[in-house]
Parts: sequence; structure tokens; C-alpha cells
Amino acid sequence: MYAFELVRPATVADAVKALAAEGAQALGGGQTLIPTLKARLASPATLVSLAGIAELRGVTTGDGQVRIKGGTPHAVVAREAGAYPALAWLADHIGDPHVRNRGTIGGSLANNDPSACYPAAALASGAVIVTNAREIAADDFFQGMFTTALEEGEIITEVIFPIPQAAHYEKLRQPASRFPLVAVFVARYPGGVRVAVTGASENGVFRWTEAETALSNDFRAEALKGLAVDPDGMIGDLHGTPEYRAQLAGALTGRAVAAAG
Amino acid sequence: MPDGGIGASNKRREDVRFLTGKGRYTDDFNRPDQTYVWFLRSDVAHGRIRKLDISAAEQMPGVVKIFTAADFASAGGIPAGWMVTDRFGQPMKEPKHPILAEGKVRHVGDPIAAVVAETRAQARDAAEAIELDIEELPAVVDMRAALADGASLVHEEAGTNLCYDWGFVEDNRDAVDAAIKAAPHVTTLELVNNRLVPNAMEPRAAIGEYDAADDQHTLYTTSQNPHVIRLLMGAFVLGIPEQKLRVVAPDVGGGFGSKIFHYAEEAFVTAAAKAVGRPVKWTSTRSEAFMSDAHGRDHVTRIELATDLQGKFLAIRSTTLANMGAYLSTFAPSIPTYLHGTLMAGNYTTPLIYVNVRAVFTNTVPVDAYRGAGRPEATFQLERVVDKAARELGIDPIEIRRKNFVKPDQYPYQTPVAVNYDTGNYDATMDKLVEIADVAGFPARKAESAARGKLRGLGISSYIEACGIAPSNLVGQLGARAGLYEAATVRVNPTGGITVFTGSHSHGQGHETTFPQVVASMLGIDPGQIEISHGDTAKVPFGMGTYGSRSLAVGGSAIVKAMDKIIAKAKKIAAHLMEASEADIELKDGRFSVAGTDRSVAWTDVTLAAYVPHNYPLEQIEPGLEETAFYDPSNFTYPAGCYACEVEVDPETGVVSVLGFAAADDFGNVVNPMIVEGQVHGGIAQGIGQAMLEAAGYDADGQLVTGSYMDYAMPRSNDVPSYKVDHSCVTPCTHNPLGVKGCGEAGAIGSPPAFVNAVLDALNGGGIAVDHINMPLTPSRVWAAIQAARA
Repeated sequence: MYAFELVRPATVADAVKALAAEGAQALGGGQTLIPTLKARLASPATLVSLAGIAELRGVTTGDGQVRIKGGTPHAVVAREAGAYPALAWLADHIGDPHVRNRGTIGGSLANNDPSACYPAAALASGAVIVTNAREIAADDFFQGMFTTALEEGEIITEVIFPIPQAAHYEKLRQPASRFPLVAVFVARYPGGVRVAVTGASENGVFRWTEAETALSNDFRAEALKGLAVDPDGMIGDLHGTPEYRAQLAGALTGRAVAAAG
Repeated sequence: MPDGGIGASNKRREDVRFLTGKGRYTDDFNRPDQTYVWFLRSDVAHGRIRKLDISAAEQMPGVVKIFTAADFASAGGIPAGWMVTDRFGQPMKEPKHPILAEGKVRHVGDPIAAVVAETRAQARDAAEAIELDIEELPAVVDMRAALADGASLVHEEAGTNLCYDWGFVEDNRDAVDAAIKAAPHVTTLELVNNRLVPNAMEPRAAIGEYDAADDQHTLYTTSQNPHVIRLLMGAFVLGIPEQKLRVVAPDVGGGFGSKIFHYAEEAFVTAAAKAVGRPVKWTSTRSEAFMSDAHGRDHVTRIELATDLQGKFLAIRSTTLANMGAYLSTFAPSIPTYLHGTLMAGNYTTPLIYVNVRAVFTNTVPVDAYRGAGRPEATFQLERVVDKAARELGIDPIEIRRKNFVKPDQYPYQTPVAVNYDTGNYDATMDKLVEIADVAGFPARKAESAARGKLRGLGISSYIEACGIAPSNLVGQLGARAGLYEAATVRVNPTGGITVFTGSHSHGQGHETTFPQVVASMLGIDPGQIEISHGDTAKVPFGMGTYGSRSLAVGGSAIVKAMDKIIAKAKKIAAHLMEASEADIELKDGRFSVAGTDRSVAWTDVTLAAYVPHNYPLEQIEPGLEETAFYDPSNFTYPAGCYACEVEVDPETGVVSVLGFAAADDFGNVVNPMIVEGQVHGGIAQGIGQAMLEAAGYDADGQLVTGSYMDYAMPRSNDVPSYKVDHSCVTPCTHNPLGVKGCGEAGAIGSPPAFVNAVLDALNGGGIAVDHINMPLTPSRVWAAIQAARA
């Protein structure tokens, strides 16, 4: 780790101000950034910790929505997002207890790791990502591996999840990191079914629209018969070939639908 | 006999300090005025150093001194401890392994320069300020490519990347070829024994200290064998005589072989401490561990098993490429040869065997012993090809093994690969296995899995291993550059308590609990009166250390020999005290008595007399009660057993779940059953780790692509089942005083083939014809094999 300045603002407004400085970087739960710093792979001049900002924490439920403040740790979501069981389950199965008590939803979405869990939930739910400056629809937010619609210095303050009629998150863990090797979030809304796949694509989380169409007509695993994810563009590494990841995307979608009921 | 002697499951006394955070590991030591070193390591696999300029780095804050190869011009290279002679009678290629790179780097992680500074962070900062320019050379990663004409040479002076071409037993070569040619059936298998990173929980660390007043060096290091480090480093690398060099290996947090070897970092801190006049400390980061701890396994093998049509084994031909990595680590040359070729008979009476091994230099981290060390590689190929032969011949895998087992009346059994098994009973362990694994109930369990769309498989393996490598005069003929005995000193204190100084080093094996049980049983006293001291060359007379499951069989036997001397002398003292004949003295339950009388004296009466010799036969024996013994075994010991693994395969995802694992082992006599069971549990977990999860991977450029736990998959508790282990089948070792064989590696040896056989049984039993899948059997690989079979 290289030396850096640490700033701990108490409000979002102060954090935004601090992030305007040259070489400043936001620090959420640090579950990605801290290991990166320890490996000396990044050298920000200033870290702006969001951990002490009270207005960035909390989960509220109402009007058919679960609203999660950007700095809320996974463990809190797991406990308090019970109105959206699939989302609470997802939060309860990220990493290990250490990760769940430090890592935050805003940090996960802003990082947009192609194998992260939360992007699948946000995309499949058609969530709205609220920042200090604006509201961004999930469909516009994720823009490829480690890339989002966030501007420099923009902070995720809240994520709004519409509660679906039925949903399930099915994941198969990469055996070393225990990130999803592939995971699928299926959510059924009155307007249709949404299917988001994480861990599989070189472009990060994506919606499997053919499956969505089929499942919107017939919400049973059997409706997926004959559909397959194209291996082209899927990740290939020592943990799985593109063909294997495409296979998993299909298989896990079927299992998620069966489990969502 | 008080409780807690041989056969008792005493709880591990060392766990009290380990579990309460009071263990003292090398990194816990901090010496006055200590400095810290950071190694600048190569980030390319192969290259020539064009420029190495330390002048700017020397000006960085806190820098004490920066070392490069030039500072070690008079030092020797890190030596190999074993010279292998090839099948043409020529010595192996043994290129120099410098402490710091001399003009060339040969693997990612190869140390180039070392910065000693006031703090670790300052040392690291300064290391980044060193100006380094490396001309990259083509990296040699694949072993076949390394042996091809025109391949880039890891060591130009060797003229080849072939370290040796070894044949065993060379005289059998033609007979084996002929037998295979003439055989009614030949089963052939090509397989990879995957490269592993040892991943001890405690990373390596070393502190060098120099006392100029009396010219004494001290090295604190994470070692399984401090005396061996003192010998290798003192005599071959730095030229320090033993009496000027103390090596301390305090609590060590796991080794699995990786802490046997002498490493460059140890020599560095020892030499640097004298050069800078202050202690120098190094603690490996986990990232450094991945690229500097010697790796394990990494064989590519073709094995052919010739049989008759009834499944009787006729001949075996095994041909292996063994990766040495960039340099020869301490025991590397011996692993694929004398610890691998000698095991190729397994538990079977195959009359003709020939093993050929070509050891290859590549631009990768050196490869050396890892839990099992050569024996898992032998067992894996043998047990895999036996299973394949059973399938081809339509014979039950248990029956084909029984048909070929060495039978109890055949001992001592001379194998065609030099070793001579003293005792065993493989059918007994197979019987026990069939019972505890509930083989009879498997079809019902398989049907239950099938009803859920899953494929259930049962995999069997048998193994034999050779532990307590010995005797010294034989291994010397085979190229070992050290003896393989063990030493012990038993110091009886005036009030009867005992300190045992053993050359065996404990780093997870529980010696501090087990050895007192042996001593206590011999005297009939409470084990709590006995302390074990190990890991310090200033305390222990000598020691060859802990590896190859040798501690109880060899180190324990040395303790027994020293205790025999103690008891003989104590009986003389007791005879004097009771004015009786020495021949009439009996020792039982901590008392010496005169046979046939009610006269007796306590152990403590005798020990006090030895140190307060007021009434003592001074004209016949010396005061004091302390004895040293060296024990050099006459043969290996041969633990053996049969393992069963039960798995379920999800054909849609390729995910394998291990549902059951049973192990029936014959370890000879058992001193502490609980510790033995724990050793088997740990070994099986590591074996399942290798078979299902672990693989050290390099890309074509020689970059280690599994350099962290994000990509290197270690087994976790939920990857393994609750084991059923049994060691009730006992054929005591015939040639050591305890009748013990060793249990440390068995689990890691027998389990990989059982696991792979189970997965293949599941697939083939589900109508999916798959001959082999290379380890680790990741979901992706299993799914791909299913797809290929269905295509």
C-alpha cells in the first residue's frame, strides 16, 4: 500500500466536495479497493471514505419498493430487505461474513465487477440507481465490465428496487474466489419477466432477452426449451470455457425459474 | 500403567498455546535494532538483465543497504541435496542456483535484488526505485516444448533443458517391453498430475542475526529441519562452520514439504545480517509465497498396464516428464525418481515394471516434495490405470485389486522396483473398507441419486507408501547427500521430570503430545512429566527433521533407543540403592523393584540419586542421567490402505459433490489414535483439493495465472464430507522398536485416485463413456467431458 490521505466526510455534500480534488477516490466498504491498494495496483492521493455518512445507510420498504441507501452493508440488506426475499438472500450469500459486514451495495454497483452479485439483482429488477446528481435506470447504468454511467466523483446514494411477484437468484460459485462463476437473477413483474446474468459475459452483467420473452409468456423452466445463450462473447478462463458459461447461464435460468415458482 | 501412554487419544497439549494465540512463529520474533528486507523479484519468466541500477534507490528514505548478485560473488549456489544418475550412468545436470539472479532471471518471482531498510514499507518503496531493464527471452513452460530441438534454454551452460533421463530398473527395460508386446491386453492411460502450490497457513519467514563479539550467526526460520538448513547453508552456500551457526525453527504453521528445503531468502538474511551489522528480517507475503515456495507434483505421464484376460497384472511401463522448474530445489531430483519409481508396484504382485522419468527445467517456480512427494504421483497413475483396466475387462474394481494384491504369506515381498515390503495385509484393509463405506448399499444410493437426475459414483483406490526413507547407506548409494537417521537426547532431571530433545520437528504433527506418550509408556509415569524440545540446533544434538511421515518411525525410534540407555543405567542405580543384582531389577509403573521381593524404589529416588550421588556406585557409573541415541532404520516402513470416495455429479452443470469418503489404513501400531485420525482427515482434504480444485497454472509466457486465492482454489470445509476412517487393521512394522509405520501423507496419497475413479464411475455408470479427466476435475472440465462423450 502506498501512502494516501484519508478524508472522512459526514455528509454526501462534503463527500462530493472532497471527491472533486485531484487524485481523490471514493472508498465504500473497501472490499475491492483495499486489496487493490495492498497489492500496490492503485495509488490514489486521497481516499474519501463514505463509511461515516449516516444518510447513506438504511433500508426502507413501502409502495411496492425496497429502497436501499448506497452505503448499506450487505449484512444489513440481508436482515432488512425481507420484503424482497430473493434480494435479501443474494445479499446474505455474497462472500463471507467479513465481506458482508464491510461491503456496500453502492460500492458493488459502482465497481460493476463482471462477476458481482448485486448488478444481477439491480438489472433483473429494473432498479433505479439514485446518485447525488440524478436517477439512472439500471438498463442505462451498466455499460460493460467495470464500467458504469457514473460520472467522475458521482456517489450512489440509494437504489430503488420494485418488489416483484416472484424472483430467485441462482448462482454457481467460482471455487477459488467464491464470486459467481455464473449467476442468474430472474424476477417476474406484472409487465413481464426480467432475466439478468452475471459472471458470464465479457461485457459484464446482461439481460437474456430471449428468455425474458419466453418466460413472460410461460413462467416455467420448460419455456426455455430450445433457447441457449450464445457462447460468443462469454468469458473463458481457467475456471470455465465460454461454452460452459453459456451452458450455465441457460441451466441456472431454468433452476431460478423453477425455484421462483 | 498410568493413563495417557501408547494407545491413548491424549488431547494435543500444543493446541493450548496455538488456540490461545500464544504460539511463537518466526514472524513473532523481533530482534533488537532489526532491519527489514524486501526482495525485488522478476515479473518476467525468462530474461537477461540488461541494466540493474540501484543508485537512485539507495537514496530512498530508510535504506540501509541494497544487495545484488555482486555482493554474493564468494557464496555458493543453493545446493541440491540429491544427485540422480541417469540411465546412461551420467550425473544429472545441476546448474547453479544463485541467491540473487546472476545476469538472468528464470521464473516469475526469481529474486534480483534485495533492499534492507529501517521498515518494510521503506524497503519496498526503495525496491520499486531500482532501475531494472530485462531483455525478455522466450519462456519455456510446457515440458514437451522444453525438450524440443531449438527450445530456449533455462540454463545455457547445461546445454539442454533435460536434467536427467532416468530408468528404473534399467535392466528390466527390455523384458517389460517384450511382456507388454506379448500381453493379451494392455490398458494405456495418459494423464497429468497437476502442479500445486503448498499454501502452508504460515508464510515463510526468516531472520538473520550476527553477533560480532563471538562471530556467531543465528537464523530464525520457518523450517521442517533446522539442522539440515544449517548443514546445507553453512557448508555449501555461506561457508559458516556449524559451531558458528545456530538455526532456530520455532513454531511453524504447516509445511507439507515446502519448508524442508533450503531457500535463498534464508541464506540472504544470514549473510546480510553480518554485512549490515544488524538483524535482518523477511516475512513472505502470500503473493510471494505463490511464486517462491517450491511447488508440488507437475508430472505428465503415460502408463501402460499389461494383463491377462482375467485381470492378472503382467507388466507395467510408466513414462513420465517431471517438471523441476527453473532450479533444482533441495530434494527435487529424488521426488520423481526414488520416491516415485520405487512405489510403482503399489499393493500388487506385478512381476515386471519399468519406470522412465525425464526431469525437465522450465521457466517456472521450482518443484519439490509436497505431502506424499512422488508417492501420490505413482499411486495416482497406478490406481487410475487399474480402474480403467477393470472397466475394459469387465471386472469389478475391488475384485481386480484383490486378484493382484500381495498376500499376507508373501512377506517380506521383494518388488521389481527395489523396495522390499516387510509386512502388510491389503485384503484386510479392503474388507474393512467395504464395510465402512457400505459398498453393499451403494446401488440403492445410486438409484436415489438417479431419481433426482444426478449421477452417483463410487471410486476405489489402494495405496502403499514408503515412509521413513532409509537406510542411510542405501540412500547414499542412490545419490542422497545426507544421512536419513534421527537423533534424540533424553535428559532426566534430578526430580524425575524429563526433557526429550528430538531432531524431529513438529509443525502440525503433534509431537509434543505423542512423543511423551511413548516415553511415559516405557517408564510407567505420567506423560505430563515429559517435555519435548525441538527446532533449535543449539539445543538438539542433531536432526534430519520431519518429512516423509518419518517422525514417529525414525525420530520416535531414536527416542526409544535413548530411553533404553536411560533405563539400563537407571536399573544399575536402582540395583545399587537396593543392594540387589542389576539382573533382578524390574521396572513397572514408575517403580524399580527386585524380582520376587517387596523391595522397590521410585523412579524419582533413582533420578535424585543420579544427581545427588551420596549413595551411588561412582566407581562403576557416572553421575547424571542423560543419554543420546541415533537411529538409522534398516528399511522403509510401508503404510498401506484402501480408500473409497462417493460422489454425485450434476450432468447439467458438471458440479461434483463429494458425499462420502472412507479410509481403511494400516499404519502399524498407533500411539495416539486421535492425532492419527486428524492426520488422515487433513491428508484426504488435501487430496480432494488436488483432485477437485487446486491447480497452479502458467500461461504461455510463464506468468503464474493462479497467483492468489482469487484463482487458486483451496478446499474448504463444505467441499469435503465427514470422513469415515479406520486404522484397526494392524500389521506392525517388523524393523523398528515401536512397530509403527507413519500416517502423515497417506490421506493425500490415496484420495486423488479414489475421487477421480468415483467421478468416472458416476459418468460411465450413467451411460456416459469417459476414460479420463485430468485433475482438477472442475465443473467446466467434467461438463466438457460429458459433452464430448455425448457428441
